[in-house]
Amino acid sequence: MKRIITLSTRKLVDTVKHGGCGACQTSCQSACKTSCGVANQKCENNMNR
Amino acid sequence: MIHQYKLNGYNIILDTYSGSVHVVDELAYDIIGLYEHASSDKIVTTMKEKYRTNPEITEVEIRETLTDIQELINQGQLFTEDEYKDLSIDLRNRKTYVKALCFNVAHTCNLSCEYCFASQGKYNGDRAIMSFDVGKRAIDFLLENSGHHRNLDIDFFGGEPLMAWNVVKQIVSYARSKEQEYHKKFRFTFTTNGMLLNEEVTEFLNEEMDNVVLSLDGRKEVHDRLRRTVNGKGSYEHIVPKFQQFIKNRGEKEYYVRGTYTHDNVDFTNDIFHIADLGFDKLSMEPVICDPKEPYALTEADLPEIYNQYEILAKEMIARNERGGKFTFYHYMLDLSEGPCIQKRISGCGSGTEYLAVTPWGELFPCHQFVGDEQFSMGNIWDGITKPEIQAQFKGSNCYTKAECQNCWAKLYCSGGCPANSLHATGSINGTFEFSCDIFRKRVECSMMVKVAETIQAMEV
Repeated sequence: MKRIITLSTRKLVDTVKHGGCGACQTSCQSACKTSCGVANQKCENNMNR
Repeated sequence: MIHQYKLNGYNIILDTYSGSVHVVDELAYDIIGLYEHASSDKIVTTMKEKYRTNPEITEVEIRETLTDIQELINQGQLFTEDEYKDLSIDLRNRKTYVKALCFNVAHTCNLSCEYCFASQGKYNGDRAIMSFDVGKRAIDFLLENSGHHRNLDIDFFGGEPLMAWNVVKQIVSYARSKEQEYHKKFRFTFTTNGMLLNEEVTEFLNEEMDNVVLSLDGRKEVHDRLRRTVNGKGSYEHIVPKFQQFIKNRGEKEYYVRGTYTHDNVDFTNDIFHIADLGFDKLSMEPVICDPKEPYALTEADLPEIYNQYEILAKEMIARNERGGKFTFYHYMLDLSEGPCIQKRISGCGSGTEYLAVTPWGELFPCHQFVGDEQFSMGNIWDGITKPEIQAQFKGSNCYTKAECQNCWAKLYCSGGCPANSLHATGSINGTFEFSCDIFRKRVECSMMVKVAETIQAMEV
């Protein structure tokens, strides 16, 4: 596309089927401790990659 | 729902429900802004008028751009509909298992930081160190209640957990001894102020801890203003060399140097850059959480400068990617291609359900920030969850249950925000702490811009 560049992203709707396995790190265990951010969590479910 | 914004010379479009991110030129940016509210012919007329002095923007160009936009819509990457409302209801009704425990091993501290949400480690209660018997039982509780979860997260927290050093070693050893039998993998995190770091501790933590969080607020005068010993002495000089040695021995394993910024250092990027210049490259800096009456509390009037600081940070990170001295910033570590699934984005941190905090006495709370608040005492490690109604409150709270989140483009990045922050700001875990939301949205915008810049840089190479 001439005027639009789309970044390589994961389509969220595609994660519904295999999502919610809980293999990933609990978000507050990493560094924040006083806020909630989940977007920087890495998925650890190979089925979902 | 989309969110479109301009930052650092980039025109960015975020499609909320697909997670797609687009970077576009001015014409496409304008058309996307009109797309949901005007017909194609009306958009063409409007664009022809706006760009009448630009010979490159012809009707053909405008119509081609409209076709490209329609193609993205057809591919489910733009103006996607919300398909997750039913899923959010399923998540509220799901059976949950505990997968993470915050071990409050020490309700005491060797620093007396003024802004400490845990009231200098005491959590508004008595000083205490967890016994090994309690720690051992807490491990058993987690093993017995973890269901299908294979990875179990344990965070040693306080207070200062190094004041419970011998117990920590015993708990780790006990947990490791159970991994094979239960087919589980323990992943440990340790949060420390560094005062008691020594060779033995460094070796053990670097061997056993998957992640270590080192508390440092930045410049000496900033750090020492609030992070003082019980005798009122600043701790910067004592801990920085220890942290530097610790990191030297840590290799590639994960760590964060984590700071807190307050009203007294709203120019907090200077602290982040100071920490980076000390040789640390995995950084986090959080806004202080405290009573708004405290003199160091952040205020609404600080917001414009806070926004500016997050932009400065993003631009400096892009610059350092090119010139060296690169570091990561926790809130800018968006993983667009392998990030969290939609269930994680809706259910959030798991406090009160998959994530609990255990006190030195074995009492269970929804997370470390609720410890000491008796109305949130959920049970204990011997009897389990004795107040399921508290658990139900947490399970039933996410970005789909909060009215204020419904039209927020960032809701799938924060899951509705921190329940503890909401409680303290509004009196309910279902409330919305708007000040925190404002900061969060700004961080997502900046982190997305960094990703865009990285993509464009890579394409140019």
